[in-house]
Amino acid sequence: MKVGFLHSLLRKEEKLLLHEFRSRKGVELEMIDDRELIFNLQKDHFSFDVIIERSINHSRALHALHLFSDAGITCVNTPEVASTCGDKLLTSRALRAHGIAQPPVSIAFTEASALRAIEEIGYPVVLKPAVGSWGRLIAKINDRDAAEALLEHKKILGSYHHSIFYIQKYIEKRGRDIRSFVVGNECIAAIYRSSDHWITNTARGGTASNCPVTDEISAISLRAAQAVGNGVVAIDLFETDRGLLVNEVNYTMEFKNSIETTGVNIPGKIVDYVLKTAQE
Amino acid sequence: MVQNKTECPVCSAEIILAEGSEQGELLTCPECGSELEIKSTLPPRLAEAPMEEEDWGQ
Repeated sequence: MKVGFLHSLLRKEEKLLLHEFRSRKGVELEMIDDRELIFNLQKDHFSFDVIIERSINHSRALHALHLFSDAGITCVNTPEVASTCGDKLLTSRALRAHGIAQPPVSIAFTEASALRAIEEIGYPVVLKPAVGSWGRLIAKINDRDAAEALLEHKKILGSYHHSIFYIQKYIEKRGRDIRSFVVGNECIAAIYRSSDHWITNTARGGTASNCPVTDEISAISLRAAQAVGNGVVAIDLFETDRGLLVNEVNYTMEFKNSIETTGVNIPGKIVDYVLKTAQE
Repeated sequence: MVQNKTECPVCSAEIILAEGSEQGELLTCPECGSELEIKSTLPPRLAEAPMEEEDWGQ
């Protein structure tokens, strides 16, 4: 079986996945560096049985997946999953369409309407770029002065997509949230991400500890994965008095801090899924 | 001569690539802390890693 490994920089996660692929019999691995990639829409023919996407850039990943998929190649994840998960607004739409609990979200397109939306939700709120990761440029807004300043800065200094204002009600996390890992139709593991800071991303200093996968965590994680199109995804969950809420769904999931923490061979599970999907 | 020996392009510190190093892999210079990318393993060659971009992440 010929596996195309779409990547840019190789992080710990990619090395672990490469090690897994190389340990499997009958797998021919070809590295595809997205920085070297050229698609010729008139001539392209690919001999891959499956593509695993591990690009660090969302925009490259999304467009490359579309083009490989158009050429008939099975992709993990699919371009539809990448599109939905790569944009928080599209993720929220998918979650709503499937009736999955999430924090209240408002969308606005101008500074004035965004300010109205923020005040309707009530402070504090969290303003997020629709496209972005690792907690970059997300802002907790505690009052009207901060809201006005931030909206003006985003409007003037931000690129065009920063004028799509994605506003989420701030959920008090009590110092932690949950990240669950879904591969295919199984929620394989989960971690708590704890931090004194309201941003709990491990990329921003949050620490990981094992979170037992309860029936509730498994059920909402699988439903969220289904809502975005299934595949290999990581779900960020908030614990509230009214149950779990889905905050985000990530499609090129990072897991280097979660293997020893959970005792689950996450790259092994991913490789199993990729090879199985290629044979279907 | 060590085949996997090279130097940091920022501070010129000697760096020996670990066995199993991959082209495209990220590493950190132990002396100056610069984030580096392995551009080639044979011969070993390093460059400063690209700056983080707005759409990087998961």
